[in-house]
Amino acid sequence: MSSEDRRLQMLERIMREHGYDKSALLEILHMAHELYGYFDKNLLNYISSRLNLPPSHVYGVASFYNLFKFRRPGEHVISACMGTACYVKGVEEIVSAIEREFNIKRGGSSPDGRISLFITRCIGACAMAPNITIDGEVIGRATKEAVLERIRKVLGGGVVEAR
Amino acid sequence: MSGTGVVKLKIDGVEVTANEGETILSAAKRAGIKIPALCYLDGLSSYGGCRLCIVEVKGSPRLFPACTTPVSNGMEVTTDSPKLRKYRKMTIELLLSEKPHICAICIANGNCELQDLAREFGVDHLRVEREWKSQKIDLSHSFLVLDNNRCILCTRCLRVCDEIEGVHALDIKMRGKDSQIIIDIDDDWGSSISCTSCRKCARVCPVGAIYVRDEPISRTKNKDIAQFILLRRRR
Repeated sequence: MSSEDRRLQMLERIMREHGYDKSALLEILHMAHELYGYFDKNLLNYISSRLNLPPSHVYGVASFYNLFKFRRPGEHVISACMGTACYVKGVEEIVSAIEREFNIKRGGSSPDGRISLFITRCIGACAMAPNITIDGEVIGRATKEAVLERIRKVLGGGVVEAR
Repeated sequence: MSGTGVVKLKIDGVEVTANEGETILSAAKRAGIKIPALCYLDGLSSYGGCRLCIVEVKGSPRLFPACTTPVSNGMEVTTDSPKLRKYRKMTIELLLSEKPHICAICIANGNCELQDLAREFGVDHLRVEREWKSQKIDLSHSFLVLDNNRCILCTRCLRVCDEIEGVHALDIKMRGKDSQIIIDIDDDWGSSISCTSCRKCARVCPVGAIYVRDEPISRTKNKDIAQFILLRRRR
């Protein structure tokens, strides 16, 4: 069984658990996003047809939330905290350096799909500002040099030390 | 004492009797008092988005949207005052600053509720900076046009589509300043599977955001359509 079928089967099971209840839309969107990592039109159309909801409503709800992605994220995900503390501590400079170095734009992925760069709101680690998260690992008191090196390492496939 | 389900209130000093649960706007309308509104439309549910129908209620420092605030016994409502005019004028200016509202090149010029209100409230310039992103115009439908550059997000179109036509082909995507009217899953209108091309959205649009191509807007607009259909339904 392909992974595609398996994901669809899991999504179907979740919808069944909710009794295909229209008011469980957000919960189901969450699970679908977890399974697929992003939404495309086919997926949203599928959810809309299973829950018997207007497609425009499903899209409207999904697009309301910043954390739902509408493009396939890269293999490695870098997110930069743009909270006030991190901003003051110069996260902008680090973000621009990443953009230049890896030829990506914030909110987008590299042409080869290997990395994505996202901006997040405050992650609550202001004491460690500025914070950059690479594949779920937070780098506190980040410097341009340290971050670029870590990304190169991740991309090079080298083993990243346990946190 | 008033009977069950009936309340008495004063609107602009006029004694008005209203049903419990009725909104201030609807009670005022029956008393012949006009309150400006852009998103409210007879026959559709109240949305409370445009904030032009704000009124003062004696005893509260807050302003209340008349279209969503239910009446209560002994309420004293003021629908027009220097303070309200000031706030309404600013709201109109903010609406105008969010999109490139240029009347001279707009199909709705002369048949536009936003333009009428701007004139009524003496908006001759904007005190806030204009700021907008240019949006794509959807020309894919054979006769309906969606121009998000002119949209004020009153949601009349999506309410008429959902509540009167019963389809809900339209909705809003994103939020805040990125909000936009969409058809189905952000599809081109021409390829929409749910739109029935009934053109009610164009009839109720208060501005020139949804219109019928190549037809004079004075003929295609008819904002009484929602109430007309609602009242004459057989069930």
